[in-house]
Amino acid sequence: MSNRVINWFRYASPQTFYPLAGKLIPWFWALAAIFGVAGLSIGFLLAPTDAQQGEGYRIIFLHVPASWMSMFIYLVMAFWAGTGLAFNTRLSGMMASALAPTGALFAFLSLWTGALWGKPMWGAWWVWDARLTSELILLFLYIGFIALQAAIDDPRRADKAGAILALVGVVNIPIIYFSVKWWNTLHQGASVSLTKAPSMAAMMLWGMLLCALACWMYSIAVALMRVRTIMLERERHTDWVRALLGERE
Amino acid sequence: MLVLIRAVIGRDLRLAMRRQADIVAATFFFIIVVSLFPLGVGPDADQLRKLAPGVLWVAALLATMLSLPRLFADDHRDGTLEQLALAPQPLGLIVFGKVIAHWLVAGLPLVLLAPVLGIQFDLANDALAVLTLSLLIGTPALSGIGAIGAALTLGVRGGGVLLSLLVLPLYVPVLIFGAGAVDATVSGLGPQAHLSLLGALALGGVFFAPWPTAAALRIALE
Repeated sequence: MSNRVINWFRYASPQTFYPLAGKLIPWFWALAAIFGVAGLSIGFLLAPTDAQQGEGYRIIFLHVPASWMSMFIYLVMAFWAGTGLAFNTRLSGMMASALAPTGALFAFLSLWTGALWGKPMWGAWWVWDARLTSELILLFLYIGFIALQAAIDDPRRADKAGAILALVGVVNIPIIYFSVKWWNTLHQGASVSLTKAPSMAAMMLWGMLLCALACWMYSIAVALMRVRTIMLERERHTDWVRALLGERE
Repeated sequence: MLVLIRAVIGRDLRLAMRRQADIVAATFFFIIVVSLFPLGVGPDADQLRKLAPGVLWVAALLATMLSLPRLFADDHRDGTLEQLALAPQPLGLIVFGKVIAHWLVAGLPLVLLAPVLGIQFDLANDALAVLTLSLLIGTPALSGIGAIGAALTLGVRGGGVLLSLLVLPLYVPVLIFGAGAVDATVSGLGPQAHLSLLGALALGGVFFAPWPTAAALRIALE
């Protein structure tokens, strides 16, 4: 038992996590590539054309995974932020700040692909639908988090301030989501509903799930790469970083 | 506990009264922003009536935000904040007092002005009453949530702009229900549901926000 505890905490230190992350990154990239190729080939070659939406629906193979990831990454980010605040671990804060840009990217992608889908389907790039609006606000929350961390020079303080913001954001996300939803339905009956036909062809579902896994693996790989860079930058005065960089030169 | 809160409120109000120009400036900002909208969209009364709740609420959001940096910045600069943080009483309670003082100085004037500005937009009497009521219920939430942002950006480069980036997305629910209450009155649905939700947000915001604010202040003081 005690052995296990030690093993877990062993990788909470940047010094031990750095090589581990370095070893894991190629695996996650490989998985991302495999899942991505499989998902996209199912999506573009095997999945049937949608009866109502034609070929245009195929953007969901990117759109839906991106939306899922944008929401999920915020939760993970808040989790790391909370852990960092509670246990005062250095790595947690680094993970949170490494995840934020990826989350913002996915929120942006989700909005962008949504607009590309909306134009042929709804005839509008943008409607004030509840989901679109809350996704937009999620993007704002990411931007706020990144901006706050960028504005504070001391990394420890930046981590903690960002952590509080992320946690406040997590409490607020459901409130924002429901308020936007009610706002929309109270204003007018939802003129456009995002809920599609309930029976989705199994092939489409598989393609989407594989793409979601690909996005997931990509996020982990990119976050690990970014966290490695952050580690080197913040720990540049320590012996292990000097030794590591000295080896390479 | 009450003595402490009252003391903090009294002190902040006294300080604000010595610097009335700040209060007046934020209030006039509110008036000017609201008055600019008819100039921008045209004087058509029907259109203005439709826009009024949103315009007044957005202007209230912006005016509140303008006064937020003052909430802690002066105390931070002269070291008072450190003394407050060292006090044996919980910092959250002190922040609670400061939030209430901020609302009295920055929120209440907006509430009092709202009916006058609403007349500019040709609002009916019942809509005017609901607009004022919704601002009365909602502005404390703005002060409470804003305090978190003010504490997080304390002493940070480009604090003012950053503050708006952090706080405005969090203000969305208040804006929706505040402006929604007036819309619902105009369209004959009745503002009850919106006002209840707004009240919940205000109570939740004012009650819970001081604690993350206190945590953020301690980080800023480190």
